[in-house]
Amino acid sequence: MTDFAGVLSYVSFFMVFALINGIAVLGLNLQWGQTGLFNVGVAAFVAIGAYTSALLTTPAVAGHFGGYELPIVAGWAGAMLVAGGVSALVGFATLRLRSDYLAITTFGVAVTVGLITQNAERLTGGSFGMSFIPRPFADLAQRPLAFALASVALVGIVVALVYLALERLVQSPWGRVLRAIREDERAAASLGKNPARYRLQAFAIGGAVMGLSGAVHAHVIGFIAPENYQSSLTFQVWTMLIVGGAGSNRGALAGAVLVWALWSMTGFATGVAFPADEQARAAALRIVAIGVLLAAVIVLRPRGLFGAASGPAAHAPKAAVPTVSGETEG
Amino acid sequence: MTSLPVLEVCELVAGYEPGAPVVRGVSVSARRGEIVALLGPNGAGKSTLLKAVAGLVPVESGEVRLEGVDVTRLVAHRMVLAGLAFVPQTDNVFATLSVHDNLELGVAGLPTKVRRARIEQAYALFGDLARQRRLLGGRLSGGQRQMLAIARALLVQPKVLLLDEPSAGLSPKMVGDTFRKLSEVRATGTAIVLVEQNTRAALAIADRAYVLVGGRNRHAGSAAELAADSSIAQLYLGLGPQRMTAREGL
Amino acid sequence: MSLQFFADGVIAGAMIALGASGVTLTYSILRFANFAQGEFVSWGGYFALSLAGWIGSLAASAIEPLEPLSVGWSVLLALLVAMPLTGLLAWLLDVALFARLRRRGAAIALVMASFGASMALRALLEVVYSTRPAYFSRELQIAVPVGHGIRVTPDQIALLVTTAVLVAGLHLMLAYTRTGRSMRAVSESPELARVIGIDVARIIRITWFVGGGLACAAGVLLGLVVQLRPAMGFDLLLPMFAAAILGGIGSVPGALAGGLIIGIAEALAVQFVGAEWRAGVAFAVLVLVLLIRPTGLAGRMAG
Repeated sequence: MTDFAGVLSYVSFFMVFALINGIAVLGLNLQWGQTGLFNVGVAAFVAIGAYTSALLTTPAVAGHFGGYELPIVAGWAGAMLVAGGVSALVGFATLRLRSDYLAITTFGVAVTVGLITQNAERLTGGSFGMSFIPRPFADLAQRPLAFALASVALVGIVVALVYLALERLVQSPWGRVLRAIREDERAAASLGKNPARYRLQAFAIGGAVMGLSGAVHAHVIGFIAPENYQSSLTFQVWTMLIVGGAGSNRGALAGAVLVWALWSMTGFATGVAFPADEQARAAALRIVAIGVLLAAVIVLRPRGLFGAASGPAAHAPKAAVPTVSGETEG
Repeated sequence: MTSLPVLEVCELVAGYEPGAPVVRGVSVSARRGEIVALLGPNGAGKSTLLKAVAGLVPVESGEVRLEGVDVTRLVAHRMVLAGLAFVPQTDNVFATLSVHDNLELGVAGLPTKVRRARIEQAYALFGDLARQRRLLGGRLSGGQRQMLAIARALLVQPKVLLLDEPSAGLSPKMVGDTFRKLSEVRATGTAIVLVEQNTRAALAIADRAYVLVGGRNRHAGSAAELAADSSIAQLYLGLGPQRMTAREGL
Repeated sequence: MSLQFFADGVIAGAMIALGASGVTLTYSILRFANFAQGEFVSWGGYFALSLAGWIGSLAASAIEPLEPLSVGWSVLLALLVAMPLTGLLAWLLDVALFARLRRRGAAIALVMASFGASMALRALLEVVYSTRPAYFSRELQIAVPVGHGIRVTPDQIALLVTTAVLVAGLHLMLAYTRTGRSMRAVSESPELARVIGIDVARIIRITWFVGGGLACAAGVLLGLVVQLRPAMGFDLLLPMFAAAILGGIGSVPGALAGGLIIGIAEALAVQFVGAEWRAGVAFAVLVLVLLIRPTGLAGRMAG
């Protein structure tokens, strides 16, 4: 009986983290899969959501900003607002750039946000991070199974709400315009729709959803630190989206669960196979594996598991070193 | 001087998208020291044919032979080595490189002495270019750019020179100059194939011409014959009263 | 205020410039932002480290520092071998990954794949070498005063000289050699290049080798005057891109200027705001350039 409870607990927490990642992937899907915007700074927006929620809900600490002890829901709402707002700001400045400049710039945003989380101690706690973030069901902490189930139920509800909201958005007239802009921008513009505004909205909403992911994660764990939000997070979310299938919300969630499973399994395998002092190297090996996976999927099955055959990649501008007559380049 | 064709194109089927050929079985040929014009309405596939011969557009079937050697599937840059030079209609010089660098690229791969000699020859033949050798390609006028493109193509002493609408965008005087140059080139024994919308000018210097319609051969003959045949002239070549049809009136 | 920060800025700027010249070359010819370029910097440095160690084990005299530098023949030789080796790495990555995606056509997939490749390459480096910093030499160097309150070490001077030679060499190659001209041609128009007889595939190959080689040099010099870490190339990525964009993609003098400007700006920031904020300078420069003049100083964006 206890074994079963243990397994159930484990699976629940597995799903909790898989789904938390899934929320971020849903946000990225809106930006990339639906709108074709290449955001290499995902971790930044997740971090912004996490820290915002933490600042709003933790008790006041001397010498630090924040500490308003607001309810968790307020924290999450604030996280979405701020992350969405910063996304809008970034988007306003950069969405008109060619996509690889957008990639470099969002990468720069991630580096800068990382700097802030690391160094702005009064705001973010610096390398110590922030602790005592209120956890939902904290009073269940004594009953691990109940805690696990309640957590997965909560996260599951959040994911379901986000999923439904995004699906409705995609099916709505707004979503149709977005698709039209992706297919043929000039035609959409000639119908009086301002492509830039729609893209900005999509980017902002996507960023808000990423912020929510960070906030939920912060409250489930109870403490956050800069090392949670490195480029490896961005990379993980991207891999989840590409594997699952960009353009499909279902694919986004499936990819999240699948890649999280791969990540967990490899973690288990290296935990067993490598001695304790080699764990850091083992973790790096897992990243190599994920990197190779991402590259392989991009080359061999770019639409991932559930993506449409004519996915976003098909609408992207063609690489400018074309080959004809069967020539190979390089 | 042989009367066998230097360039033979047989039943060429080619197009950008597989299964949707623009050129649907065209045969043309050109002999040494001959200017052949490819004429016909817009969309007839004339430019695509040239590009397919030059190795820039995929060939589905048919053959291209250069002095008897099958070069159908040869990649574009090897075509130049094989002796076939192509001058595109637009973007035919490097705007960010100087005139001299553009020419140097044309003779790349040859020994230094030969390169220098050929470039000097080019400057002798194209006086304007000699005066502007340091100028960036992008700063040249349309006509000078055309001259540069042709000069560069000639540097490898090609057996066949393909030109895609060499008169496009040029003033009548420049067109005259360009075509005079092409006559000089013909005199050196190079076979020239040119696609032209300016039918009058083309027929004036061409020896023979083909009329292509809808990706296929429609007429062929000496330039004089075609120019004299008023029905062809009117229907396909935009000469005479029915000059502007809906399709050609651009 | 002593001008030491200025010297530090020039040193840092030189390394950024070296990396940026590789970026500007590959970006203008291959036409995508290659996130793996940072990893060529790191891998290049580590290739040289291992090679130097191996050479040193064969001939003990090779380790003896060549006064006044802190390193001996082993490192110099290792640099010369590591540069083409890193070029080979870059080219192999292209063959395995980028070339396939180029054939297929979607430009964004290239950037995405390069991001994945960069993560995998960096992690692989951590697996092989661990994250502990490594050094070419344990020799301590005395900084020599050169006036205006500035002190530099002989290694730093060697860095400046090497950078100057490599960047100048690259620029001369592009301007006056047949290959360089062909590279400039391909960067403007691969199609026209093909038409006039340039073997574009060969030029692409050469581009990867040169780009990888330059990145390797940057990594070795960084390892020489600072230290070797697997993440060092990644940390240089944003400055390299910012410098290349600031200078104008495709312009080697631009990359040099861009690198120096960012290096000095970083040093200024360290003076006034603190060293921990250094990495933000490159981002600020990038944003300014993209907002005000995206084509950069040299003004020309090849494609």
